Amino acid sequence: MSVSSEAMHSELDTTPFLKRLGVFDWLWALMVVAGCIVAQRLYSSLMDGYEVGILYGTAGGLIWLGWGWKPMRGFSIAVALLSLAAIGLYGGELARGESSFFLKFLISSQSAVMWMSALYVMATAAYIFALAVGSNFTGKVASAMTWSATVMGTVGLMVRWRESYLMGADVGHIPVSNLYEVFILFSVMTALLYLTYERRYNNRAMGAFVLTVISAAVGFILWYTFDREAHHIQPLVPALQSYWMKIHVPANFVGYGAFALAAMLGVAYLLMERRPNGLLAKRLPSPEILDDIMYKAIALGFAFFTVATVLGAMWAAEAWGGYWSWDPKETWALIVWLNYAAWLHLRLTKGWRGSPLAWWAVVGLFVTLFAFVGVNMFLSGLHSYGTL
Amino acid sequence: MCAHEYLEVPFKEKSLFDATFLARVASNKIRSPLISRGSTPLSQTEKPLRRQRGLGAILLEFLGSMNLAITLLVAIAIAAIIGTVLQQNEPYNNYIMKFGPYWFEVFKALGLFDIYAAPWFLLLLGFLLISTSVCVYRNTPTIIKDMRHFRLGVKEKSLRAFHHADEWQATGSAETVADTLGKRLQQHGYKVRHKQYDNYRMVAAMRGGMGRLGYILSHASIVVICIGGLLDGNLPLKLAEMRGEIKIETRDVPVSKIPAESTLGVDNSSFRGSVNIPEGSRADFVFMAMRDGYLLQKLPFTVALEDFRIEHYPSGMPKSFESDLLIIDEELEEPLRKTIAVNHPWIYKGYAIYQASFSDGGSIVQLQAWSLDNPKAEPLQIEGVVNESSRLTTPRGEYGLEIIDFKPFNVFPAAEDSGKKFKNYGPSVVFKLRAANGEAREYVNYQVPLMVEERPFLLSGMRATPSEEYRFIHIPMDADGEINRFMRFLGMALDEARIIEVAKEQAENELGLTADDATYKDFTQSMVSLVRLFTRQGIDAVVELAEQSVPAEKRNEAISSYIKVVQGILGSLYVDLLSEEGVDVSAGISEQQALYFDDALNALSLLGPYGSPMFLRLQEYEHVEATGLQITRAPGQNIVYLGCVMLMAGVFFMFYLHHRRLWVRLEEREGRTHILLAAAPHRERSDFDKEFEQLGGDLRHSSNSV
Repeated sequence: MSVSSEAMHSELDTTPFLKRLGVFDWLWALMVVAGCIVAQRLYSSLMDGYEVGILYGTAGGLIWLGWGWKPMRGFSIAVALLSLAAIGLYGGELARGESSFFLKFLISSQSAVMWMSALYVMATAAYIFALAVGSNFTGKVASAMTWSATVMGTVGLMVRWRESYLMGADVGHIPVSNLYEVFILFSVMTALLYLTYERRYNNRAMGAFVLTVISAAVGFILWYTFDREAHHIQPLVPALQSYWMKIHVPANFVGYGAFALAAMLGVAYLLMERRPNGLLAKRLPSPEILDDIMYKAIALGFAFFTVATVLGAMWAAEAWGGYWSWDPKETWALIVWLNYAAWLHLRLTKGWRGSPLAWWAVVGLFVTLFAFVGVNMFLSGLHSYGTL
Repeated sequence: MCAHEYLEVPFKEKSLFDATFLARVASNKIRSPLISRGSTPLSQTEKPLRRQRGLGAILLEFLGSMNLAITLLVAIAIAAIIGTVLQQNEPYNNYIMKFGPYWFEVFKALGLFDIYAAPWFLLLLGFLLISTSVCVYRNTPTIIKDMRHFRLGVKEKSLRAFHHADEWQATGSAETVADTLGKRLQQHGYKVRHKQYDNYRMVAAMRGGMGRLGYILSHASIVVICIGGLLDGNLPLKLAEMRGEIKIETRDVPVSKIPAESTLGVDNSSFRGSVNIPEGSRADFVFMAMRDGYLLQKLPFTVALEDFRIEHYPSGMPKSFESDLLIIDEELEEPLRKTIAVNHPWIYKGYAIYQASFSDGGSIVQLQAWSLDNPKAEPLQIEGVVNESSRLTTPRGEYGLEIIDFKPFNVFPAAEDSGKKFKNYGPSVVFKLRAANGEAREYVNYQVPLMVEERPFLLSGMRATPSEEYRFIHIPMDADGEINRFMRFLGMALDEARIIEVAKEQAENELGLTADDATYKDFTQSMVSLVRLFTRQGIDAVVELAEQSVPAEKRNEAISSYIKVVQGILGSLYVDLLSEEGVDVSAGISEQQALYFDDALNALSLLGPYGSPMFLRLQEYEHVEATGLQITRAPGQNIVYLGCVMLMAGVFFMFYLHHRRLWVRLEEREGRTHILLAAAPHRERSDFDKEFEQLGGDLRHSSNSV
């Protein structure tokens, strides 16, 4: 498998990291920092010390991501411009969402999410088509659509954040507070993770699998919107009004996204294994590489899931008076963690490879899914704000 | 938790480097290389000289085995799943109802109702702790050694056998080339060591050694977290309970009556309890919920609530709530004051005080009690306090009045056409009326009139069990906002003598019967009993009567004629009522009066199922709030947090710092320097092939530019 020239360059070059950065890298950093300073100036009254810390931490993370993975810059700039356009068009009045053409049909959070949904579904179809007929062009179109969908989904979340404040300063909150919002986050996060691997391994056949799970999430979002009208912004219960939400939830969804990605690669692996000379074997990366990507995704997911669970415990200690209460959501987080811990031990220490681990990753998705949605549907507990 | 980070290699003390390498050697059937600083060939190790191992070693082997670790991970996960599917720590009665007495006993014996404190679950956790500890204990020395040693003594034969090996020649002397390559490797982030041997020179390098530290950190963190958790768990309490030193209190008794064996002193180092403190009150204790009862935990200080404030969203959902607290401690010269809110606890002397909830702190309600059996009587005035009960003497016997809750407002979604999203239904009181036989019904009564089609009603809901929805009756109100008129009308409807009179009148006037007719008595009697049925048991009873006594095809007809009879008699009573009120009814009654009659009839028809001997009208109230505090003492918390930090650092180190070693062997032969490059990543990684290829190319290039 070929590695992109960039990756090759970065591994070969021995100049110190900071000296390796070019003008555009610094321009990028400058832009992110400037954006942060403006945000802090404008909204300092709404943030406490921790939140300012999170703001600058996010900036640092974004700069680092942009340096290491260039497409992140274009993506962020597109999201920023569209979100700012939406904020400008709203101009402090929520009602403009109905009267302004661009808001109503493009970048109000609801419209942006609809665009995201449509684009992800189309991208899925395109990836599958590209895989079936081996069309390189269709594959590129699929990638472009996935990027656009991800931009629209992120814009949807950003604008929703603003809209919540337009509803009232006491209603405003980061849009990761209920199932509708986190499903958008899940789609976006999974897509971003996938896009990094797509570029790194220069293979689009994996998209047919990964985008399928995103399409399923989109299906849920649509059902949730039209059947349950869950897209309305709701104010937060007191327990959720905390800076912890800004780090706990996103960290969790890096984990969920990575686990979902690994499971879909597991499916690809298992299907490919059944016909070693079939179409999939021709188009997908070699089994060893697929296996390795699966491992990388689970390692990444596990690391972030660990952080998220620890942050969750710390938040629980602050809000509920105990870092661990064997609440169903907590317990299921532990189950997911134990499950992937066992997976990693089997791979790293027992040296397992291939189909047993692929099967395990697929089963892992169901365990994860239950922790993510099932707990809210079937079990009651402290995390009851995410109910269906 | 993991057994062999390294595969077991004999001659541990003498030599080894990388177990995964060895594993690969074995699986790839590469000829065994010589790996040793000394000169022990590996061929000797193929049949290791196993000493007779003692029981301790075998036990250690078992406890540290990977299979045990994975089995434990999976077993704990499954136990945890059971604990989430089966609701934990519910009152035992709920379980008996759900599973029946037999399975209840079985599940109880297995500890399934409090699984996370069940001995077998703790045993599983204990094994995990031991297994992980053994692992850390066995691997740490090796790893630390391995992180520090450069393995300069690897033999040429071994290097050639490596999966990652490369060879080329350079023109410079071995020493200069070695220097150049060493520097180049340093630029690549490697730590480098040189050694000159008799006829060759060795450069050994490695990087990412911290990745190995990740293993120790992440595994040791599990031990640390478990220890911290153990300190905060209620294991000592369970043991004390087993020894009979502690008895769980299951009765609902005042704090002063709780016996000593259900009370825990201030020396208890870890607990998590809660207490409700009404405004203006104080507490120096918390309650710890235990299975089907509780324990009382004493505090070394007193917490007093000065003020409780709550804000709501327009939807009625709480937006924020906070308490102004006072801590009174003998050790303090002056009480401490602080406001706590959700997510903003107060830590005092290692005790953390959280804003957990809020409730009614004993609001005082003034109730006007109308007898529904004798509505003409003057209503009683009752003063009730939330969470207290009193006796109520009625014609139907003695009742217990238990006031459960008071709400100063009730917000519900508004009707679609009202233009507003939410509607406030005003204050309400919730109470139970318990009959002498112990049966109770729950009522919710609203204070302010509800306007329906511009007519005012008083709302009261009833349900027999808490799981049901309330069924509401709407009592029509007078123009002056009272219900006296309805009660007067009800009084007339219950007045048997008067109804008989009206029935007779109607039989005579409308049916043209006289007292002498054979059917006269039947008619009047059935009319009277219909009205009685309607007022005592409601409209449903009337319909039921028709269903029982009339064939299906004539049923609807019968029901409507029954209703007509009831309407006729009660209508005539209503006309009497209007006359009594001085209304001139000679020209018929106004639409408004007619509507009132319909409303009153509706309310009447539901009084039977309403099932209360009294109607309690909420008049005045004094709202008293109580804050719900959760107070905890968790000495293990910081240990757990330390473990968490170790875990997070360990996991990232382990996945993102890769330990790899490189060797460059330089030997001068025939005026040229022969270079042998070999590498061993700690873990077999597909990325490393690429990395090695690039690094090799780079080193080759550097060596030639000497």
